[in-house]
Amino acid sequence: MSLPLLPALAGRLFTVPPSASFGGAVEFIFTPQTSNVTGGKTVGGLSQVVELTLTQLEVTVLALALSLAVALPIGLYLGHRGKGEFLAIGIGNAGRAVPELALIALMATAIGVGVLNLTVALAVLGVPPILTNAYVGVRQVDRSSVDAARGMGMSELEILRKVEVPLAIPTIFSGIRGATIAIVATATIAPLAGVLTLGDFIINQNVYGDDGVVAGAMLVAFLALALEFSLAGLQRLLTSKGLKVSTA
Amino acid sequence: MRTTTRGARAAVAVLLALVLSLGVAACGSSNDESTGEEEGAGAIVSNPENGKVTLTIGSKNFPEQEILGEIYAQALKAAGYKVKSDLNLGSETVAHQAVKSGATSGYPEYASTALTSFFGIEPEEVPAGAQPAYEKAKAEFEKEGLTAFPPTPFASANAVGTLKKTAEERELKTVSDLEGQSEEMTLYGSPECRQRIDCLAGLEKYYGLKFKSFTPVDIGLRYTVLEKGQADLSILFTTDPQLAAEKDKFVILEDDKHVFPAGNVIFVTKSSVAEKAGPDYEKTIVEVQKGLTLPVMQELDARVELEKQSPAKAAAAYLKEAGYTG
Repeated sequence: MSLPLLPALAGRLFTVPPSASFGGAVEFIFTPQTSNVTGGKTVGGLSQVVELTLTQLEVTVLALALSLAVALPIGLYLGHRGKGEFLAIGIGNAGRAVPELALIALMATAIGVGVLNLTVALAVLGVPPILTNAYVGVRQVDRSSVDAARGMGMSELEILRKVEVPLAIPTIFSGIRGATIAIVATATIAPLAGVLTLGDFIINQNVYGDDGVVAGAMLVAFLALALEFSLAGLQRLLTSKGLKVSTA
Repeated sequence: MRTTTRGARAAVAVLLALVLSLGVAACGSSNDESTGEEEGAGAIVSNPENGKVTLTIGSKNFPEQEILGEIYAQALKAAGYKVKSDLNLGSETVAHQAVKSGATSGYPEYASTALTSFFGIEPEEVPAGAQPAYEKAKAEFEKEGLTAFPPTPFASANAVGTLKKTAEERELKTVSDLEGQSEEMTLYGSPECRQRIDCLAGLEKYYGLKFKSFTPVDIGLRYTVLEKGQADLSILFTTDPQLAAEKDKFVILEDDKHVFPAGNVIFVTKSSVAEKAGPDYEKTIVEVQKGLTLPVMQELDARVELEKQSPAKAAAAYLKEAGYTG
């Protein structure tokens, strides 16, 4: 599909509130607009868009880093040992059902609201796909390759590092990419937990108007796509040559 | 702590029962005086004529609004109308659009919010009294083909709240008392508060206050952030049940420059819908909201927000306790 067709297609697919338009939303992104409730101050515009986008990105990176730090070692270890399927898959699946807003409220009584609360809440969303995919990716590596490596005298760590992980890269990355999309999309609730992200445009329809809501949604979608493409690129760089030939 | 809260809650409940019965009795007598044709605030009578009309009652998406929406919807049902409810309309702009388009027959709105959000009136120019504010809003709504029914007894407004301890230490009684101290105090409020003229933007503009920081939070956390000591100040609502139940813990500062206009609730509906629905529409709504004084509304909010009852159940209990339904 060629790119110029996309807006037209999107226009057909999504119902936009009658008082909003894609033109209006684009204008909102680049030029500050008047608002009914601010007492004359303008809202939106490029500088606010950039500011909120950067915060959204920052929160996403923090949460992703935390979920990687937690889930990747555990997933790889369990996959390598071939143990704990119940743990890896079970926690993975259960984790997907955690309601984010309730989690934020729950943690608010313990650690308050703010970046820490939000990072943990979002990381909970990132852990399941990373954990499950790391486990499955390593587990499904051909046993004969692992045995051959062991026969060559590799240590367990070397087997994991030089054989299992390279072979599992596509699966591990699809987990990381899924986690990233989930986190960046959910980071729109951050303004309810003390951090101003692009979600501010979406949550505060009263302040920003329908154009602001649509603009916010568009920006989050673009950010998600940008992250997805960057990670796909990184995955290509990290995938071993031999694997590319066999899967291509 | 839990037990003392429970104790306080029980006391409020008992008080409420008293207030409710008194309120209804008072309404009855005032009715007799004014019109003489209605016999007190009796039970709602079902009129078979009304069965031909279907009404969709809306509300915005927070507990107090949902309770009000349920009260109106259940009362109109008792009056014989076919009633559907759509109690999650989101913000006032969405609700306003829904009524104008006819997707919703009517919904409860705060007169002050209507004036500032829909009709571009500055917060300081919102009339202080319930009646003048209602008449001003009514006139504006009429230009759009909408009708506003008379206001509820209770009014709700945003307010700057703090812990009683903080208020005593810093000798705070009014918002103006924050002058010279606000720079070292953190303020928490709903995300939209930040830019609204009847919230943070107004505090900055009319009081000239600067705060150490403003942090947006979910409305549901407005008391948690105070209790947790994260927020020195938090934007609360004057109808909050916590203010009645925990008087010695939370206080609100008097809004001496009127940045937070108080709003009584008016039911907004499309004029053509009101005509089609006949006289029982307005009569029923005005009748059932007579018992909605500030303590009653606080108690109903408490049942939903603190005791986690459903808005439908709280509304049904109100209608029954006040004698509107059997």
